[in-house]
Amino acid sequence: MIHQGKKVIWSDYQKEIPDDHWFYARSCIRQNFFPASEKYFLKITKELLGKAICDNEHHTTCGGIAYHSDTIPQETAMTIIARQFAIMTEAGYENLVVSCITSFGNYNETIETWREFPELEAKIRENLWKACRREFKIPKYVAHASDLIYRFRNEIAEKARYNLIDRHTGQPLKIVEHIGCHYSKMFPHKGFGGAEYPCVLSGMVESWGGQIIDYPERRHCCGYGFRQYHVKANRGYSLSNTYKKFESMEPYHPDAIITNCPGCPYFLDRWQYVISEQTGKTYGQNGYGIPVLTYEELAGLVLGYDPWDLGLQIHQVAVEPLLDKIGIEYDPEAKYLGVNKEDILRPELPTNLKCH
Amino acid sequence: MGKLYERLCKDYRFLEGLKTCINCGTCTAICPAAEFYRYDPRKIVDTVQRKDDAEIEALLKSDTIWYCGECMSCMTRCPRTNAPGKVIMALRALSIETGLFMESERGRQMYPLSKALVGNILKYGYCIYPDTFDLEEHPESGPVWKWFLEHKESGYARMGANYKGKGPGALRLIAEEDLAELKAIFDVTGGTRMTEQIERLSEEKAREMGMTPEEYRRYTFEHGSEGHFNND
Ligand code: SF4
Ligand code: SF4
Repeated sequence: MIHQGKKVIWSDYQKEIPDDHWFYARSCIRQNFFPASEKYFLKITKELLGKAICDNEHHTTCGGIAYHSDTIPQETAMTIIARQFAIMTEAGYENLVVSCITSFGNYNETIETWREFPELEAKIRENLWKACRREFKIPKYVAHASDLIYRFRNEIAEKARYNLIDRHTGQPLKIVEHIGCHYSKMFPHKGFGGAEYPCVLSGMVESWGGQIIDYPERRHCCGYGFRQYHVKANRGYSLSNTYKKFESMEPYHPDAIITNCPGCPYFLDRWQYVISEQTGKTYGQNGYGIPVLTYEELAGLVLGYDPWDLGLQIHQVAVEPLLDKIGIEYDPEAKYLGVNKEDILRPELPTNLKCH
Repeated sequence: MGKLYERLCKDYRFLEGLKTCINCGTCTAICPAAEFYRYDPRKIVDTVQRKDDAEIEALLKSDTIWYCGECMSCMTRCPRTNAPGKVIMALRALSIETGLFMESERGRQMYPLSKALVGNILKYGYCIYPDTFDLEEHPESGPVWKWFLEHKESGYARMGANYKGKGPGALRLIAEEDLAELKAIFDVTGGTRMTEQIERLSEEKAREMGMTPEEYRRYTFEHGSEGHFNND
């Protein structure tokens, strides 16, 4: 086939990704705030799609948050990454799939920098040997976990119990996608669709029946900023960036937001709560916020998993308006139960943000 | 060419982040930090490429280099394939190495950051961990998170996590041998040296200010003067 014009540019950004045999690296933020998302990533890929994904106990953080908060040298970060590669190599895997976008950026940065400066790779190999007596192969392929869900979006659609259609109006739900900056802003060729037209999330939404809405600040950072959030005195930066995005998307009345970075959904969710406390303003309908979901959560919903098994009750913004639009059945009484239906009380209610 | 500039040239992020800057200002236009802070990545890159050590030293002492959020939006857009965010990372590393980070309020925030993040990595194997997530320090986490952390054993089990458990899974207990490897990596690669440098200078400063290290940590974590933001 002869590609012409835009199609040529587009084809540069269509990655061919292996369809099986992955070593999974967990995320600092996702396992704390969205632990069920990691569980459902594995459930969907392993159990539903039958893929071999290795969930290994000996890997650790990649050090990405510490690195981007300037608390560890580049050599330390790279040697931690080299150790992850070594554990993957020892487990017999060649493809790495990572839960975190900061990690995804760091793995890519490391591999690209080594390509440019082979003496640095040699030094890191030496460091790793000295510190851990380990050796490694560079992964053949590094993917973000959302890449895999994107890759299998049509298979998921075939198995879906629900689609992203408002059952009251019959119209596709209006979804905002927010892609983590380090997914493709650093290395556009590493992301589906590059930095200009990243389609990793929009592709999922469209395959599952929803409609992506475009808005002026679509590509603006969520405002995490690492040290701009992890130091309390700096958080105005983080909040201001999220506020800018919400003000920009508000006129388009999104039904939900989908994200691929583990940090972004936390900030887009919690800053809505803070904005509502500080100004009284809420961005959803009737005093609710706009539900912010991870891609695993959205995939889980269309596949018909229970919203509380997916962990949607530990968001601050209530998801019920979205569940009602899709027509998902749920038990309101079960929302805040602990393990084995244990009564673990309920959270207090925010002042302004409606929660149930 | 001065000494500080030479030291910057040893940092791979600097080598990758600065080829030649044509001062177009594209990075500043896209930069979320420039929008809210008194910050202009174009100016920083231009200052550095003049190779004037006195000017670089002034940057290393300033609040300015600490405003960047390391989002790397600038890296996508620069027509000369520079990455001002990476130049910033190299400047920050040099500011810590030379001790000049202690001269600015934003630089002194290295102490709470290092305590929290390096502390978590070496103790739990991850940058963030529920046991050290202080609700008072995170009012934004909302009532839902207060409730969840107050019932975290049951809550994380409900979520399918393996909180503090053996074997694989989210929030699992990282084995002592694995933590020891992380510590050895820190020792071999300069991570420990950086952590100790931050700790030593910060604790000296705390003594000078008549504070305990914990009081100083809290102070640098919470206190921000006016004048950082464009609208201050
Ligand atoms: S975008 Fe690049 S060339 Fe333009 S001012 Fe910034 S660093 Fe310089
Ligand atoms: S990396 Fe820093 S300088 Fe570059 S756009 Fe982001 S905040 Fe601005």
